[in-house]
Amino acid sequence: MKKKLVGVLMCVAMTATMLAGCGNSSAPAAAPAEPAAAPAEQPAAAPAETQAAPAQAEAPEASGDVVKVGFAQVGHESDWRAANTKNYQDTFSAANGYELSFVDCDNDHAVQIETVRGFIEQELDYICIAPIQSAGWDTVLQEAQDAGIPVLIVDRAVDADASLYTTALGCDMVAEGETAGNWLAEYLDGEDANILVIEGSVGASATLGRTEGFNNIVAQNSNWTVLDSQSGDFTQAGGQEVMESFIKSYSDFNVVVCQNDNEAYGAMDAMDAAGITYGVDGDVIIISFDATHDGLQYTLDGKITCNVECNPLQAGFAEGVVKKLEAGEAVDAWTLVEDEAFVAPGIDSDYAVTMSQEVLDGRAY
Amino acid sequence: MDKLKKITKMKLFLPVFSMILVMMINVVYDIASGNPPFGFFSISITNGILYGRLIDILNRGSEVAILAIGMTLVVSASAGTDISVGSVMSLSGGMCCMLLAGYGVTNVSNYAVPLWVGMLAGIAIACVCGLFNGFLVAYMNIQPMVATLILWSAGRAIGLLLCNSNIVYVRVPSFQFFGGYCGIIPTPIIIAAICVAVASIVLKSTALGTYIQSVGINKKASRISGFNSAKIILLCYVICGLCAGIAGLVATCRIYSADTNNIGLNMELDAILAVALGGNSLGGGKFNLAGSIIGAYTIQAITTTLYALGVSSAQAPVFKAIVVILIVVIQSQPVKDYFKKLSAKKAVAKEVA
Repeated sequence: MKKKLVGVLMCVAMTATMLAGCGNSSAPAAAPAEPAAAPAEQPAAAPAETQAAPAQAEAPEASGDVVKVGFAQVGHESDWRAANTKNYQDTFSAANGYELSFVDCDNDHAVQIETVRGFIEQELDYICIAPIQSAGWDTVLQEAQDAGIPVLIVDRAVDADASLYTTALGCDMVAEGETAGNWLAEYLDGEDANILVIEGSVGASATLGRTEGFNNIVAQNSNWTVLDSQSGDFTQAGGQEVMESFIKSYSDFNVVVCQNDNEAYGAMDAMDAAGITYGVDGDVIIISFDATHDGLQYTLDGKITCNVECNPLQAGFAEGVVKKLEAGEAVDAWTLVEDEAFVAPGIDSDYAVTMSQEVLDGRAY
Repeated sequence: MDKLKKITKMKLFLPVFSMILVMMINVVYDIASGNPPFGFFSISITNGILYGRLIDILNRGSEVAILAIGMTLVVSASAGTDISVGSVMSLSGGMCCMLLAGYGVTNVSNYAVPLWVGMLAGIAIACVCGLFNGFLVAYMNIQPMVATLILWSAGRAIGLLLCNSNIVYVRVPSFQFFGGYCGIIPTPIIIAAICVAVASIVLKSTALGTYIQSVGINKKASRISGFNSAKIILLCYVICGLCAGIAGLVATCRIYSADTNNIGLNMELDAILAVALGGNSLGGGKFNLAGSIIGAYTIQAITTTLYALGVSSAQAPVFKAIVVILIVVIQSQPVKDYFKKLSAKKAVAKEVA
């Protein structure tokens, strides 16, 4: 009986932990209610004081120059995403004349669709969506269009007719791959390259784009050979395992391209174990993507020779689009968010910024 | 002839045969591409550590081998699988790193609490997960897959919460040791070897193995004969949780960080496959631990082979599937019966002659 009781207690404890878990993870989903509610009060209060008009001032006229923007964000899965969110919150701030309704959709497609519906009901002026999933957007985009609200698809792409949204903006992964290739051509200055590629997850847009871009440059250099290309799933463990195998298969490589920073960390571990030197002073050139804070620290230390950024600071570009629309100007169907690349200290490049402590300290994430 | 027959009749013959078959692919490939025929098997000491593909297989296969121990017992006792082990691995790693780094900190080079506290907490939470699964299966009579589905989805989420949705790095050499090298041997190999040794000693020297099998064959009959069936099933799930915890820590130490999103991802499937490749029935009952361990390393041998052959990542799953199908078919009853019939016919023919 006693043991049964213990069993029951354990069960209750686990359930409690899980409920606590659910409680926390659903917090972001519940949170939107607050920012959504707060703006509803604020505009009502503000005009009441300044204009001494009836409290129930009809929204569009009275809210005047405050631009209401809704942002349905993917979630908060990485440092990159956190920097992206903060950038939007800073850019579309009250001080800049915006009222941002920010919703963290916690990687849940259904929540995101409902969030956008909410934005439409609140009659916001602009809606930014960073789509979690590319499919399934037609209906809700049509609803937004019927309501006459311009929609900006940011960061990722949607599988919907381009006429259903106003504009899209994001990084160009192919351009990132090409930047890496161009830098390598400049750095090697005609020398041979035997390249190993650790790809990202199979089928991910970043993987496809970065591979395509880099291969475009490989095709232009007849003395470059891609020895092998395997997926490391964008993880450190994956990068480590793939690199371990590469080292056994090939003895004459001098360039390793990792399609994100985590894979580069793993590749470095594997090379350390096998006694292969890399970086500015070593035998192997490492090229990485993402330019996270840790990744750039390695670039500063001269371990990762070149790190190509995927810029999370996209809000400025979104604001540019919003300003154009406010002024009644036409906008392009696609706005490119420009990426930078960073190279280790001591290297000068036309394609990349030379790393220094100041550059690292000045990074927003 | 008789000797050969004896060998082929041994319980472990087919799992070992499958593994050798997988490795032979490399020999054929090496000969075809003009390399030394046994290049795949060469082991050397480079940079002060053991170096070679076989070492890679043993090293990278450690996690699945450890998981396979627990999974074998669970499958045997409850005729079901514990699909939460991958998530529990991630939870255990997350718990350990969260304690070692302190909550909300993402990058440390000093421990916030002693190493053993973090490790113990990681293993303890994994055991609690096992207890939870075992309770649902043994006392609530919930289908194992449904019961463990809860932690399959929740385990990783709790791990993410513990780590504040970040990758927590613990850059301390003594932490990296458990995923790195002990002298010239990769530490994960040693950890896996210890786990396998302890499990087999316990199963051999006590009657636990017999209890588990009898519960798996017939739960009611075992209870009537005086075994506490529920308790034995519960114990199996706790052991499975323990194994998941150890495997999670190994995976975490390898990358000296709690990458809760990715540690142990889909590894429950590899563990179940290892049990099946080892010639165990997923319907419970009799089990063969050595078979499961060989199965685990066979899976890793396939992965390493695919890397060695340079099969592109997009096509690799197809090759893996083909190899797995072949192995499972070789071990299936109809094929076994067919070969038996064939050899019987031959024997008859000989006698007539």
